[in-house]
Amino acid sequence: MKVLVAVKRVVDFAAQIRVRLDETGVETANVKMSMNPFDEIAVEEAVRLKEKGIATEIVIVSIGTSANQETLRTALAMGADRGILIETDQEIQPLAAAHILKVLVERESPRLVMTGKQAIDTDNNQVGQMLAGLLNWSQGTFASKIVVEHETLYVTREIDGGLLTIKLKLPAVVTTDLRLNEPRYLSLPNIVQAKRKSISIVPVAEWQVDIKPHLEILKVTAPEKRRAGIKVNSVKELVDKLRHEAQVI
Amino acid sequence: MKILLLLEHDNNDLKSSNFHTLSASQQWGGEIDALLIGYRCDAVLEKAKKLLPVQRIRVADAPAYEHQLAENTAPLIAEIAKKYDVVLTAATTFGKNILPRVAALLNVAMISDVIKIVSADVFIRPIFAGNALATIKSHDKIKLLTVRTTAFPSAQSDENHTVIVETLTTLIPNDLSEFVDQTLTLSTRPDLADARVVVSGGRAFKSADNFKQLERFADTIGAAVGASRAAVDAGFAPNDYQVGQTGKVVAPELYMAFGISGAIQHVAGMKDSKVIVAINNDPEAPIFQMADYGLVGDLFKILPELQDELSKDAKCD
Repeated sequence: MKVLVAVKRVVDFAAQIRVRLDETGVETANVKMSMNPFDEIAVEEAVRLKEKGIATEIVIVSIGTSANQETLRTALAMGADRGILIETDQEIQPLAAAHILKVLVERESPRLVMTGKQAIDTDNNQVGQMLAGLLNWSQGTFASKIVVEHETLYVTREIDGGLLTIKLKLPAVVTTDLRLNEPRYLSLPNIVQAKRKSISIVPVAEWQVDIKPHLEILKVTAPEKRRAGIKVNSVKELVDKLRHEAQVI
Repeated sequence: MKILLLLEHDNNDLKSSNFHTLSASQQWGGEIDALLIGYRCDAVLEKAKKLLPVQRIRVADAPAYEHQLAENTAPLIAEIAKKYDVVLTAATTFGKNILPRVAALLNVAMISDVIKIVSADVFIRPIFAGNALATIKSHDKIKLLTVRTTAFPSAQSDENHTVIVETLTTLIPNDLSEFVDQTLTLSTRPDLADARVVVSGGRAFKSADNFKQLERFADTIGAAVGASRAAVDAGFAPNDYQVGQTGKVVAPELYMAFGISGAIQHVAGMKDSKVIVAINNDPEAPIFQMADYGLVGDLFKILPELQDELSKDAKCD
């Protein structure tokens, strides 16, 4: 079966986040950018499905500027077959992303769409569920295990109280959580090979999808920082402080 | 303004998250209705009836809704949502799973993890693991949002409150998904999301066996147990213990971090705690930059000492 994986280019998880002085957003100039870590897990899972002979082709899609080609190349080096860049320099909110992906799904006809449960920049946790809703497909969110059996997909989900397993009819949308797998390191031969794989570029305007933002970002500010307190020298001192100063025990 | 509160429950009990969402829903100053979707959820309904100031509870009780799977509950919610200005629920895995699908069906945006309701259509939510706060204005007719429970106080319920109960007869079948089973972490400890004291452990515990020492300590002082991602990934603690950007967000009176270095992803889940204690053998660990009280040392020595010190007190009480 064909698998489509949607990946987002985000500020690297280890980068220092600085809010712009004019409060229009977070500084991204000269900041290390990477594939959203949850999306990397989705790519890894697709590659493992291909290694098991379940996935026949892995198509990677990313929405954004031409810089996203780098993100697509990373996915190709991990073992995906080809990439599609939906090119736009506009802000794409989750609903718009879901509408774009819906058009792509209708053109590519995958049986399974995977993406990270959330992007670590906007922390929305919405696109996968929205896409499943627009397509009227089944959804398996926050997946920590997936098993494909013919036309059925078993997804074990990380929920607040533990783990929950559901059975989905394909086609389906799966959003990936941390414990699904550990993405592989890229080997040099694979990176070289990925350069020969194809990336097609589609300007978003060609598709006439409504990508108008429904939400207006009025401002982005830095939260109040917690200040460092004091160091205590012993357990006795700590207990004393917690009891008499903080009065929490 | 008409507000619809989507109730989170397991057919037996109302989750505590609802009390926080309820206090959030009062901020519009409008009429509040609640929506209860499940199967054989009479006990939940009885509790929901006491939620002040909910005026009306719409109940959809049918076998097809037993596990509240998104595929058929989302279209049901979307249908009812059309009568409201605001639909909200908690930013728990329940709300995160269902509400975006509802938003797509209504073709409106969704606002995740709201921590402040500024005005009828302006909200504040954390982004970048809480390293920035976005103030957002919604231009949609229906506003769909999940709220971060720790940002809103728990509303009280009232025994003598009367509500209108309306039974919904719309039955949407689900031929796309099916519940198979679930493994819930059973615990007599307080719920991580509501506990007054949380003790959390990191990779420094080195093994699941050692992590049990932390759980015993938690039981001594009546605390909930949390964990860093590293500890969960290493298998020391179950996934639902994870505190952080992508796990649970907690804000207890007291948060004690044992052997947790303080990566921003973890800090995102606990930095609103009232008092933070950090215990780490690395004096340079970033967690000390934000802890109210830091103690540098070996947690395997400190933990038993703390346990002794505090159980002594328990006996004194």
